[in-house]
Amino acid sequence: MKISLVEYGAGNLPSVEAALARQNIHTERASTPEAIRAAETLILPGVGHFGQLMRTLTERDLIAPIEEIIARGTPFLGICLGLQALFSGSAEAPGEPGLGILSGQIAALPPTAKLPHMGWNQLRRVRPSALLEGLPPDSYFYFAHSYAAMSAGEAAVAMCDHCEPFVAVLERGNVFAVQFHPEKSGSTGARVLANFIAAGNPRGRA
Amino acid sequence: MTLARRIIPCLDTDGQRVVKGVNFVNLRDAGDPAALAARYNQEGADELVVLDIAASRDHRPTFLETIRRVAAELAIPLTAGGGVATVDEGRAILRSGADKLTVNTAAIRNPQLLTELAAEFGSQAVVLAIDAKRVGSRWEAFVRGGRETSGLDAVEWAKRGVACGAGEILLTSMDRDGTRSGFDLELTAAVSDVVGVPVIASGGADSPKDFLDVFVEGRADAALAASIFHDAIQGLGELKRFLHANGVPVRLSE
Repeated sequence: MKISLVEYGAGNLPSVEAALARQNIHTERASTPEAIRAAETLILPGVGHFGQLMRTLTERDLIAPIEEIIARGTPFLGICLGLQALFSGSAEAPGEPGLGILSGQIAALPPTAKLPHMGWNQLRRVRPSALLEGLPPDSYFYFAHSYAAMSAGEAAVAMCDHCEPFVAVLERGNVFAVQFHPEKSGSTGARVLANFIAAGNPRGRA
Repeated sequence: MTLARRIIPCLDTDGQRVVKGVNFVNLRDAGDPAALAARYNQEGADELVVLDIAASRDHRPTFLETIRRVAAELAIPLTAGGGVATVDEGRAILRSGADKLTVNTAAIRNPQLLTELAAEFGSQAVVLAIDAKRVGSRWEAFVRGGRETSGLDAVEWAKRGVACGAGEILLTSMDRDGTRSGFDLELTAAVSDVVGVPVIASGGADSPKDFLDVFVEGRADAALAASIFHDAIQGLGELKRFLHANGVPVRLSE
């Protein structure tokens, strides 16, 4: 099975690769429309600026192929900015459209809290979650962000709080996404990545 | 559900080997950075910092290789820096596997650098390192590895640095660094109270009580130390259990 990471210059791509490699999960980098269409499992890593991410994906003609393979049912995992890209847009880059797989806008976290929301935090689970399976309820995950999805309807499976609640994990069909960085969250994060690979491949071919 | 206070071991290197010194002088060898990184990753460090305190341009490629070796051992975030003066140098550090980079002297000379780095990599990747030393009734920000004062008030500089784009402050008390006489609580609180970004306290750590004090009285978001961890004077697990028992939210080992 081909697990592809969207390569567009995201700083955390090597970390995601390394985190999966530690579990003997081999990945490929996909930087062209053809490579993305050929993916059997797709991960969109991301750190940085929403507008820059969407502009880069647009320039490289990667938006349509990502939308196509998600529509086709290919397992997809968005990480951090990769979660935010699933929405219609973001307060970080007004006017720059997101992928629009989920409706709603990414909002700024309230300035009453220290920003970025940086460090290890716990989650509040609101629905059964495939990504969090087997992890104790008090597990910590590493976050580094200033913007977040405040809601995601039925897709929200776990929330986190930083003055205000925001979506930490979402799952809808073949679409999975996390606001934290599993590749930086120690053995807890490794389990989330393994759970994603397993959820996308129920026959356990990973 | 609260954001955990972070414990951050720091590897001061000469580019290649971990070194130790008191008040930034009399350096001696303290081990292999990748080996120490692997140990701290295992023992429950929340993050790791690796600095090139020599920061000479000649051996920059050596330090980038050190970052790669350290990053390969980690499943936790890595911050790296030392002598970063341009966006390209920052990019080289991040591409070598660091999640965040520190800037110090170059940002004081050119605060716009913080803005450029934040625009390129996001504020969450830009850590402003401030070496602060008590001068009269205030603290001044020192540059060039603590060799000379910038003349800037350290607290005011922290505020300005954040306004320019820094997403975190790594605040080192030069008066306490290497002395094992406790963190400078007054300095840490003074900075933490006026910036809206996380503050990492550094310099002077000795006992678990010092960490408790810097989180409670110093209002630090994270605390950094080097030699007490390198020499195994203080175990990370034991330190975190002490903090947890005293009501500080920390991530206990899995």
